[in-house]
Amino acid sequence: MFNVENLTYQTGRKTLLQQVSFRARPGELLAVVGANGAGKSTLLRLLSGDLLPTDGHVQFEGQALVRHSPAALARRRAILTQQHTLALAFPVAELVMMGRYPHFQGPPTALDHWIVEAALSTVGLSALAGRSYPTLSGGEQQRAQLARVLAQVWEATNSFLLLDEPLTGLDLHHQHHTLDIARSLVARGFGVVAVLHDLNLAAQYADRLLLLHQSRAVAYGAPDQVLTCENIYRAFQLEVQLLPHPSLGCPLIVPCPRVRH
Amino acid sequence: MLPSQPARHTPPMPRRQRLLLPALLVLLLAAVVAGTGAGAVSIPVPALLGILLHKLGLSTGFTFEPQQEAVLWAIRLPRVCLGVLVGAALGLAGASMQGLFRNPLADAGLIGISSGASLAAVGTIVLEVKLVALFAGLAAVREALGFYLLPTVAFAGACGTTLLVYRISREGGRTVVATMLLVGMAITALTGALTGLLTYVATDEQLRSITFWGLGSLGGASWPTVLRLLPFLGLPLLWLPRLGKSLNLLALGEEQARHLGLPVARLKRRLIGLATLAVGASVAVVGTIGFIGLLVPHLIRLVAGPDNRRVLPGSALGGASVLVLADTLARTVVAPAELPIGILTALLGAPVFLWILLRQRQLRPG
Repeated sequence: MFNVENLTYQTGRKTLLQQVSFRARPGELLAVVGANGAGKSTLLRLLSGDLLPTDGHVQFEGQALVRHSPAALARRRAILTQQHTLALAFPVAELVMMGRYPHFQGPPTALDHWIVEAALSTVGLSALAGRSYPTLSGGEQQRAQLARVLAQVWEATNSFLLLDEPLTGLDLHHQHHTLDIARSLVARGFGVVAVLHDLNLAAQYADRLLLLHQSRAVAYGAPDQVLTCENIYRAFQLEVQLLPHPSLGCPLIVPCPRVRH
Repeated sequence: MLPSQPARHTPPMPRRQRLLLPALLVLLLAAVVAGTGAGAVSIPVPALLGILLHKLGLSTGFTFEPQQEAVLWAIRLPRVCLGVLVGAALGLAGASMQGLFRNPLADAGLIGISSGASLAAVGTIVLEVKLVALFAGLAAVREALGFYLLPTVAFAGACGTTLLVYRISREGGRTVVATMLLVGMAITALTGALTGLLTYVATDEQLRSITFWGLGSLGGASWPTVLRLLPFLGLPLLWLPRLGKSLNLLALGEEQARHLGLPVARLKRRLIGLATLAVGASVAVVGTIGFIGLLVPHLIRLVAGPDNRRVLPGSALGGASVLVLADTLARTVVAPAELPIGILTALLGAPVFLWILLRQRQLRPG
């Protein structure tokens, strides 16, 4: 479990995150939402240990994040970052195998090969296993990186996935497919923290939402508690109406800007 | 959504990747046979085997002349050993730096290793007499080092510049690799200018030494040279090939590598330290030999793909073979004179490098 309390991060004179508290539990999908520059990625980088908090703390499994050894942490939580800059022309299967590197010394075991194949098949890239990574399309690259991250914590149920805008560059089908994968992981006991832009997708797939605005948490709770017209106006300066989703029952957000063009 | 049954098919490693290391071993063996056999006194394979087994105390049917034995033992064999060690070190260091900088055009020269060694060596050649006249204590140092004065100074110069580049590139406790590349270029330009200045004030005789040193040669090889180089090169030669997995992760990006549990800062220090040791010690003994650190890892990647677990050992074996073959050419084409080996590696290396670049451009779509 991630236990975050009064998390504050400053760089120079800018405060990128202020007094944010929440918990990310196993068996739960937590979506972090908010406008550009609200502090979503900063929050994720603090959770992943790339940044150290100026104030407050991030605890993972009851211990400060920095107290965990990097190697042990790598087997318990995986991170999908926004930017990928693979410099060399590795085949897709080897890229995914790199997710298994923390688990084996010397050559990979049969289990590692098995997991790589299962991860590739999960994201629907089995057919491209032998292709060179740079020759893939943007969306395929994103899915290959997701497969690498899945492979990293595949067998360790109750571990965590931190996904920073995992839907960028994906078509409608693969956006839903990616969140389906996240849901099935959650069903197996994984904890998932995902930065999402689409509020409707967040409402549909997340168990809890954390809404950030100008580096502060505006709301934290179940989707129908967080996604109110007032909260959304406050965070995005956008008038919306909420309709019930025709089949799922979660709120459906329809933007209704007052000024018509 | 998650499959319970994995697909059974594991793509097998392509044959040319599996055969790469055995093929390179055969190439190295061939290079060693050519390197020990060719020259004014020719030593064919049977004689070579006879001499080696005789040294081990076995008498065989292979006949050889005492002259062949003397030439092989005192001249050829140490020279080939030196070529193998230095070639492997240069190839490995090049591959490691390309992994560290995540750039296939990187080279140990980029972070100032070779230029620092050159500056120190040229400085010693030009200023030796004056410095000793100024500081009486230095005479004792020169006396103590004797023939090893130049290698020692060059090695110290290599370590010094690399350390300087490394220190300047630290920002907030982290070494920023892109900055290091730029700082390396600046320091290389600076040491180059200082070397130029020293060359300007050098006497004709000093100029000849400088030129010869700068072009590189394995001509000074002897058993003591090889034995003294061994401890410096042993560490990088044994350690660097084990860092393949780590370098693969580094190719994902520093942040991503850290997320996968790689201690990135420690790895960087290790790579820089080992490469400095390898290249600094090599340059100190044989002078600057270009293109091996750049070209050999490139050729290996062309055949074996980017996986550093194959590129690193492949670059060591390939570098050793190329340097031994180049040295054999260098001392036979204009016999009885000798071509400086740096000229030869650049002369052969540059066109091959251009050919690779052009070929890659043709293969790349669009």
